Amino acid sequence: MSILDKKISELHQLLHTKELSVTDIVDASFDRIHQVDDQVRAFLTLNEEYSRIKAKQLDEKLVSGADRGLLFGMPIGIKDNIVTKGIRTTCASRILENFEPIYDSTVVERLTEADTIMMGKLNMDEFAMGSSNENSGFYPTHNPWDLSCVPGGSSGASAAAVSAGEVLFSLGSDTGGSIRQPAAFCGVVGLKPTYGLVSRYGLVAFASSLDQIGPITTNVEDNAYLLQAIAGNDPMDSTSAKVDIPDYLASLTGEVKGLKIGVPKEYLGEGVEPGVKERVMEALKVLEGLGATWEEVSLPHSRYALATYYLLSSSEASANLSRFDGVRYGLRSDNSNNLIDMYKQSRSEGFGEEVKRRIMLGTFALSSGYYVAYYKKAQKVRTLIKEDFTNVFEKYDVIIGPTTPSASFKCGAMTKDPLTMYMNDILTIPVNLAGVPAISVPCGFSGGLPIGLQIIGKHFDEATIYKVAHAFEQATEHHKAKPKL
Amino acid sequence: MSEFETIIGLEVHVELKTNSKIFCGCSTNFGAPPNTNVCPICLGHPGVLPVVNHQAVDFAMRAALALNCEINRETKFDRKNYFYPDNPKAYQVSQFDKPIGEHGWIEIEVNGNKKKIGITRIHMEEDAGKLTHTADGSLVDLNRQGTPLVEIVSEPDIRTPEEAYAYLEKLKAIIQYTGVSDCKMEEGSLRCDANISIRPVGQEEFGTKAELKNLNSFAFVQKGLEHEEKRQREVVSSGGEILQETRRYDEASKTTILMRVKEGSDDYRYFPEPDLVSIFIDDEWMERVKSEIPELPDARQKRYVGEFGLPEYDAKVLTMTKEMADFFEGTIEAGADPKQASNWIMGEVSAYLNNEGKELHQTALTADGLAGMIKLIGNGTISNKIAKTVFKELIENGGDAEKIVKEKGLVQISDEGAIREIVVKILDKNEQSVADYKDGKEKAVGFLVGQVMKETKGKANPPLVNKLIVEELKKR
Repeated sequence: MSILDKKISELHQLLHTKELSVTDIVDASFDRIHQVDDQVRAFLTLNEEYSRIKAKQLDEKLVSGADRGLLFGMPIGIKDNIVTKGIRTTCASRILENFEPIYDSTVVERLTEADTIMMGKLNMDEFAMGSSNENSGFYPTHNPWDLSCVPGGSSGASAAAVSAGEVLFSLGSDTGGSIRQPAAFCGVVGLKPTYGLVSRYGLVAFASSLDQIGPITTNVEDNAYLLQAIAGNDPMDSTSAKVDIPDYLASLTGEVKGLKIGVPKEYLGEGVEPGVKERVMEALKVLEGLGATWEEVSLPHSRYALATYYLLSSSEASANLSRFDGVRYGLRSDNSNNLIDMYKQSRSEGFGEEVKRRIMLGTFALSSGYYVAYYKKAQKVRTLIKEDFTNVFEKYDVIIGPTTPSASFKCGAMTKDPLTMYMNDILTIPVNLAGVPAISVPCGFSGGLPIGLQIIGKHFDEATIYKVAHAFEQATEHHKAKPKL
Repeated sequence: MSEFETIIGLEVHVELKTNSKIFCGCSTNFGAPPNTNVCPICLGHPGVLPVVNHQAVDFAMRAALALNCEINRETKFDRKNYFYPDNPKAYQVSQFDKPIGEHGWIEIEVNGNKKKIGITRIHMEEDAGKLTHTADGSLVDLNRQGTPLVEIVSEPDIRTPEEAYAYLEKLKAIIQYTGVSDCKMEEGSLRCDANISIRPVGQEEFGTKAELKNLNSFAFVQKGLEHEEKRQREVVSSGGEILQETRRYDEASKTTILMRVKEGSDDYRYFPEPDLVSIFIDDEWMERVKSEIPELPDARQKRYVGEFGLPEYDAKVLTMTKEMADFFEGTIEAGADPKQASNWIMGEVSAYLNNEGKELHQTALTADGLAGMIKLIGNGTISNKIAKTVFKELIENGGDAEKIVKEKGLVQISDEGAIREIVVKILDKNEQSVADYKDGKEKAVGFLVGQVMKETKGKANPPLVNKLIVEELKKR
């Protein structure tokens, strides 16, 4: 068993008893990265020199007995749309290929305070637009369970790196399923927190009203650790909520007796593969066995979620991505001789196909004469989707369904068909539109590939999600399976 | 050409005098070296988020209330999308459908006629950076980016360029009084665009409007509008058609020059700014801001007439700027007679400022200094003539009037014996004038007074000199 197969609490124990040093952990992490990453291709930038120095510093702290942060000595990978001061942050886009941020994102500051070691920056779909990591402007990441399959997206590399044991955990971002879908595809645990729980300051915006940063880990307990370190109000983010942060670890009691689960019929209907359905039904049986009850419920506006999402997220993206204009930073085309040309050429050369598609879609939806029919209407439908969740949560503690309609698929299988690709997120998107939290935990396999169970909670009730996910995890062996690499 | 009616609407941008920018903590100081008052947020770097400066909201609300606007209790920000190098995010955070204030008005007076001009809306937004075009390319300075602005849009109620001028003067006075902006056109803290169209008298529908830009002073606004009014009338009278154009005023040729013809309207694709939440303004907040609004020009004007017995005209001129009105009141508080203070401020002080092209705070004159001088005139220590010398010293170098008078030996001679001695001497020297007087030529007295004043270097008390000369002449 590799060092990085252990949980945070176990590693901390080993550090405490001096059986391990931080340097050992960091060495193990880099060894694994150098061993497998030319196949997985999770990292865009490695932070090796810094990480090894930082490990030594933390080891000194270990000797001196100084105060240790919550995630002391733990190696982490960061999705490349989360800015890191002085460390290249590309959003996997050619337009930011050589961009070095001049400040740290709030989550990175908090992780530094927690004494983590930032090992490097992780690949993704360009500007978080995609579900397979094939939209990276540099190279696609592969699924550790089957290198010919996609890891999901857009936080595909964040999930793959954890799944492959390259880092202990990672941060991803989730706008329409970008943490949960790759977590499901790679057999790891990924949480999209409540909108407003984790600061977005320093997250390069895709769709501001939907984006959330969240943790990806191999197990629920570590996930709770990581969320504990990054959650909480940030005065730099006006949409960050002023809520008390509970002790998430304290909620991992294994106790789910009397818990009421709603299972939306829309999440097990047409388009959901039988293998996925079976794993979810088995999972519900496990929870029943632990004393929980479940009933079928309805989220009637789910079928409008995809269209609503693409209108709103693309509209916001069309404005958010306008700042990449070649004037101040990032790629500036050499093939222009006037201002308008410089904008056009820089953006044409710098952005990939999918990003251009969404910018055009969003620009169209916001245009005079179309705004009311598209953007405004989508906002109204979003309210209805939110109300669907509110209604179900009046009677039920959590909502459970699959994370995705299918397991991972072959690289290149959907690249020519964006609409089919978009269907991957049909079960995760409503959660972002409603702003509620949801986790994906491994619940078995279909055709040799991992399947994710999605547990959705009430606003700011991550504690209950963790409780259920942890109880399920402890009652099953799914999370113990590791890809053979 | 009297069959046409002119319709004018004005859009005025005013920079709010907050310590920091509207969405970040950077300083708003004017004149710092380029790109020094900047941070990742106002530079529009990837990942940054705006946080609203509540002082800016307070100031915008104060301005809105002073302009008699209704306050939107739920106000929000929107994104206005356009690409330009002075706009680092390629969208400006502004307000679209829920501006801080709407439905206001101000009263103007032109040729003794009072008129209310409606204010459609006042909204908050961030200022853009500044471009400097050189032979080698264009330079971007983002110090100004993110400075809080309010845009004040008038109803198309203005009918003449003169009214436009009066509107701007009044608007500027009100905003300055509220203390939320310096309204300095030369520093760009007040900027104005004008929309103008003409239509046949009696027609309800508006004509096609032209937008005037590059109006660097209120006088240019008036001149530009005058020219544009004339141009449009000529075009229509000769059977032509007015196009929707943006034109700029050119001071050298005193004409407006076509910048571009607009086809349709610009599509800024406004949508709610998702990085900010709505601002809810409760009674308590609004009442607090209301209580921070000082006495405004109209109220002061009325008070000066009632309390100090000043003529309407004087009261109006004195209250045109808060600086002048505050100075006037300071002078009175320091003990000067209100009527005298008003005369000096409207006369010598204004003349000096006009000649030098300065504002009051750029001179050394203080309210105490001026009051001290007026008191010295009142008690006969100095004559009005000597006062002018003292005034020049006060406004150029400052100081205390009494001290200046003493140091420069400017005290008025009111000693009857001493003056009589000089009078006798002058009469002896000027026999011809004495003879003229005897022949009934009263004018001779004036000449003799002048001679005495010359002899005393202007320090003799003039009425006394006059009286003694007549007495002495009668003796001869």
